[in-house]
Amino acid sequence: MASIKLEQLTKRFGKVVAVNNLNLEVKDGEFIALLGPSGCGKTTTLLMIAGIYRPTQGKIYFDDVLVNDVAPKDRYVGLVFQSYALYPHMKVYDNIAFPLKLAKVPRKEIDRKVYEVAKLTKIEELLDRMPGQLSGGQQQRVALCRALVKEPEILLLDEPLSNLDARLRIETRAEIKRLQRELGITTILVTHDQVEALTMSERVAVMHAGVLQQYGPPDELYDRPRNLFVASFIGDPPMNLIPVELERTDGRLRLVADSFVLPLAEEWENMLGQIPEASFTLGVRPEDVRISTEEKANALLGEVFLTEPLGGGTLVHFMFGEISFRVLASREIKMDVGDKFWLVPDQSKLHIFTKDGLSVREVGRRDAQ
Amino acid sequence: MAQRKFTPGSLERERRKQRILRVSMYLFLIAASLPIVIGYLWLFVGAFTGNLVYGLVPQSFTVENWSFLWDPPSPAWPDIWRTFFNTFFLAAGVTLIMVVVSTSAAYVVSRMYFPGRSMILASTLILHAFPAITLLIALYYILRTLGLLDSLWGVILVRAGLMVPFGIWVMKGFFDDIPWDIEMSALIDGATRFQTFWKVMLPLVKPGIAAIAVFAFMAGWAEYIFLVTFVRDPNSWTLSSYINAIIGNYRFTNYGLLAAVSLFYMFPVLLFFLLTQKLLMKVTVGGIKGGR
Repeated sequence: MASIKLEQLTKRFGKVVAVNNLNLEVKDGEFIALLGPSGCGKTTTLLMIAGIYRPTQGKIYFDDVLVNDVAPKDRYVGLVFQSYALYPHMKVYDNIAFPLKLAKVPRKEIDRKVYEVAKLTKIEELLDRMPGQLSGGQQQRVALCRALVKEPEILLLDEPLSNLDARLRIETRAEIKRLQRELGITTILVTHDQVEALTMSERVAVMHAGVLQQYGPPDELYDRPRNLFVASFIGDPPMNLIPVELERTDGRLRLVADSFVLPLAEEWENMLGQIPEASFTLGVRPEDVRISTEEKANALLGEVFLTEPLGGGTLVHFMFGEISFRVLASREIKMDVGDKFWLVPDQSKLHIFTKDGLSVREVGRRDAQ
Repeated sequence: MAQRKFTPGSLERERRKQRILRVSMYLFLIAASLPIVIGYLWLFVGAFTGNLVYGLVPQSFTVENWSFLWDPPSPAWPDIWRTFFNTFFLAAGVTLIMVVVSTSAAYVVSRMYFPGRSMILASTLILHAFPAITLLIALYYILRTLGLLDSLWGVILVRAGLMVPFGIWVMKGFFDDIPWDIEMSALIDGATRFQTFWKVMLPLVKPGIAAIAVFAFMAGWAEYIFLVTFVRDPNSWTLSSYINAIIGNYRFTNYGLLAAVSLFYMFPVLLFFLLTQKLLMKVTVGGIKGGR
């Protein structure tokens, strides 16, 4: 097993900067995810770690050894591609045995290891088939076997679940997590699917346009998004993001946008008071709002505009002038279009971002340092 | 919406129209291929008869025309089996060079980026479009300087050289179809660049290799103009020079012999084509889909 350290890693393709000054550490045996929309540089990062791409700048360390100039075959890395990239002209057995054959492992040993890893992913009965005869899920397992059979120190997964149907994806998600824990192998998962990243990995690195946005445990990303991008990217249904103006009336702070007026609790006074700006973006997760039929402190009155039943709950759209505000309501509350309710956002779970997109909490922390 | 009206009458008319179309199509195709069929028929009949009335109607069955197989018709001519072997040697030589050079060059052109890459691609196309016959004199001088006149090796090199651009383009298409992922995967699995080429890429472009090999072999087997220009020594004759001699050296061409030798010349190609037909058809399908 190995730890990984990326230092000021940059990759340019001509004029395009795919990865920009990336610093990242992965602990020995840790499972992390690179999360971001397509084209954000996550696969490029993965291929640099695998040794396929040479970094334009920066350093890659495995266990504090600089590996920039080490060939892919000497890095002891296993990679599962999004396309699986099985060798179409080889049987499943030969696909899995290929890395061992190249390493000149004795035949008996190859046989033992192939069966062992095939058993691990339950594909023993497929070893005689050709890849073209397998379903997507089976191909995915074969690809995983091929990556694992040489007992790599690092396992890289590039969107391994994106070609599976929804049901299989959930099963495989748990399966990969179990395998990773059993083998204790350092793993990097690349995905654009936040659910995958949040459920599978211990830490998530959110990337956008080649730049690392935030790196931390799933809870931290969810509860304390450092900037607007992370806030908008993580969470399903997505966070309500409303451009607001800060107003002070009767010594109290209020966030105002159109007919949306939210009084703020006192705790925000200190944080916002230090910032000279008046324009902010307010972020409220749909599940952080309580719905009440009676008037409460720091609440706003909204009218139901649209309801989306999600099975477990209902996503309710309230309109405040031009501003749409989504709230996740429990199924018990009966609501019809036109009904009026008091909405009480949890003040401790509000997110307020400056014009630059930085969280106000973050600004406060930075000033304190 | 367009209105659709089916009446029994209109359907019947439609059917009749289709039938007339199909019949006339067949008639046209038969008429167009008749000369070729007659040509082959003549060859076959001529090879086994003594003489033909009006050049068409067979009079008697004979195997006399086939005596060239054990007895050269002219003392100046080489043994037919030696000639046969020469023809095979030429075709195989062209095929070998074509496959090795085009495949490796196509891989480089498809997968690696280097200055002048697009220029090389464009220039190979131009080379391919060049009428080979315009190069005869220049090639004569080159071969003489290299001491390759009167040698099959000279012809092999010229023919292969002229065909390689075509081979590169065909093979480049096959390599382009293989996803990068597969190659990257091999590198990560522990292969060197060469092992990747040899163990992963080559097996995947097999249909392409088969196709250019067949084309090269056929072209080598049928080679004529460079042979009669560059090779005079009867010991280096091939079957096409042999036939050339039959037509050219007799005052009266022995048509029976001509037909028999032609049939003898054609037979291996026919056999070869029948055996490789499936592979040739695969070329149009191409790619690595299905993974069988």
